[in-house]
Amino acid sequence: MQMIRFGFIALVMLALAAVPAVATAIDEPFYISLFTRMLVLAIAASSLNLVLGYGGMVSFGHAAYLGLGSYVVGVGFYHAANDGMDWALNGWLHLALTIIIPGLAALLIGAISLRTRGVYFIMITLAFSQMLYYFFIGLERYGGDDGLSLWYLSDFGSVMDLNDDSQLYYLAYGLLVLVLFILYRLVNSRFGMVVRGAKSNERRLMAVGFPTYRYRLVAFGISGAICGVAGFLMANQSEFVSTSEMHWVHSGDLIVMVVLGGMGTLFGPVLGAVGFLMLEQYLPELMEGICHIIGGNSCGIAGEYWKMVFGPLLILIVLFARGGIDGLLQGKVGRNV
Amino acid sequence: MSEALTIEGLVKQFGGLTATDHLSLSVTEGEVHAVIGPNGAGKTTLIGQLTGEITPNAGTIRFAGRDVTGLPVHQRSMLGLARSFQITNVLADFTARANVALAVQAHQGHSFRFWRKAATDPRLIGPAEEFLATVGLADRADIAASSLSHGEQRQLEIAMALATQPAMLLLDEPMAGMGPEDSARMVEILKRLKGELTILLVEHDMDAVFALADRITVLVYGRAIATGSPEQIRNDPDVRAAYLGEETGDA
Repeated sequence: MQMIRFGFIALVMLALAAVPAVATAIDEPFYISLFTRMLVLAIAASSLNLVLGYGGMVSFGHAAYLGLGSYVVGVGFYHAANDGMDWALNGWLHLALTIIIPGLAALLIGAISLRTRGVYFIMITLAFSQMLYYFFIGLERYGGDDGLSLWYLSDFGSVMDLNDDSQLYYLAYGLLVLVLFILYRLVNSRFGMVVRGAKSNERRLMAVGFPTYRYRLVAFGISGAICGVAGFLMANQSEFVSTSEMHWVHSGDLIVMVVLGGMGTLFGPVLGAVGFLMLEQYLPELMEGICHIIGGNSCGIAGEYWKMVFGPLLILIVLFARGGIDGLLQGKVGRNV
Repeated sequence: MSEALTIEGLVKQFGGLTATDHLSLSVTEGEVHAVIGPNGAGKTTLIGQLTGEITPNAGTIRFAGRDVTGLPVHQRSMLGLARSFQITNVLADFTARANVALAVQAHQGHSFRFWRKAATDPRLIGPAEEFLATVGLADRADIAASSLSHGEQRQLEIAMALATQPAMLLLDEPMAGMGPEDSARMVEILKRLKGELTILLVEHDMDAVFALADRITVLVYGRAIATGSPEQIRNDPDVRAAYLGEETGDA
């Protein structure tokens, strides 16, 4: 079964690498942006997986770090466009700040949230992310409720041009691979053992001498920083920055991707993000098509109800596929109930 | 001989219930000191206060010459005070080796080491396998803790406590739920540790207590009603009335 799993994951990664070439060849540039979004959300879901899957910390506020990352690009653009501060478009600066600012925000939010457990932790991370959401709605200068359209993207000079969809795609692909490699080292290091051990049995870990709070907090900060990088990519991909990215619903989507793909596995969140966006994209079309085949009337509406199928599908996966898609690939069909 | 652990005037109340009632007790370096008493005597509450999970209302706990009453759990562990749990409390989804390796890791400085693989680090694996061998689990190192038998999990508990290289072990009913065979094996393991470590042993199994203890303290309703050698305790009329009488039926 491990062979099937590795084969499948290698296939997915290779297929993802070929997307721009294929999309260009069949003259469907739309696919590049769809798959860029997949890579971006795969990075965000992987960052959440560090705390949720490996650390057992159910953060219901990761959209905040995604949003903070994208606002770094948005705010930089605003000052470059309106105040003539050209340096504020510097892509390296953006990349650095999308690591630092969401990372620090996660450390601050984590410092308070990690003193709670269970449902309280979920609610407090949710509350903090909603605070940031409303804070940015109140920031009229940077578009408030309407968001900001980016006429210029992060500027990497002659190194690369993010206006070229293929180049942006490969940047996202490269960053995803880098993030996965860093996470792989992290979760298998001494630090990772403490974080995973604290998920399994925190009381025992304290008894053998670990101040677990510190390790969980640093993991939370690293997770926020990685999620910020996803925000940086997301802003450049959509050429738009808005508060809606920070809304709690998107925190929920990220959790769904992690659970769908397989919590606490390296590639699970990647599979989850790809699967989630595939369903979001093609389930409506599929339902409309089935409606036509069975001869229904006004089939245009059928597609709008795709979530009625998506929801139960998720429930089935959670109930019957222990370990999500990654678990299925390992042949774990054991029930969770 | 100096005192490894000294408890003075320890009080713990839960609402109207006094679980620890002005308890004073000292454990001499190198001895096996057993604490026995009927159910509800406050034995586990006492262990909780010694490890730092429960904060006492009054009194002091001194360990290795310093007042540890206000120290958090992990710092007491760092000072060399290790415990095993009454209810088996291992990392269920980790292998036996990884369980012990984590305990070894806890005492090799901070763990903000983000890059090198822990599972193949000889500085962790070497000692971990030694401690597994000490408790007789050498050939079970690759098994997930949740797949070990109850008795083996208790042995793993001891290995994890030993891996923190403690000066003193607090053992909370190490024989709990064990059959006679497993119990006998545990007594053998603890006998081997005797002399190397100071041990505070809370245990219901009287055969084990009398086989291991140098001194015994009898706890009833949170108070120490007697402390002495096994022989003295066996013949103490108060103890026979309060406790042993129920067991032997000849009070």
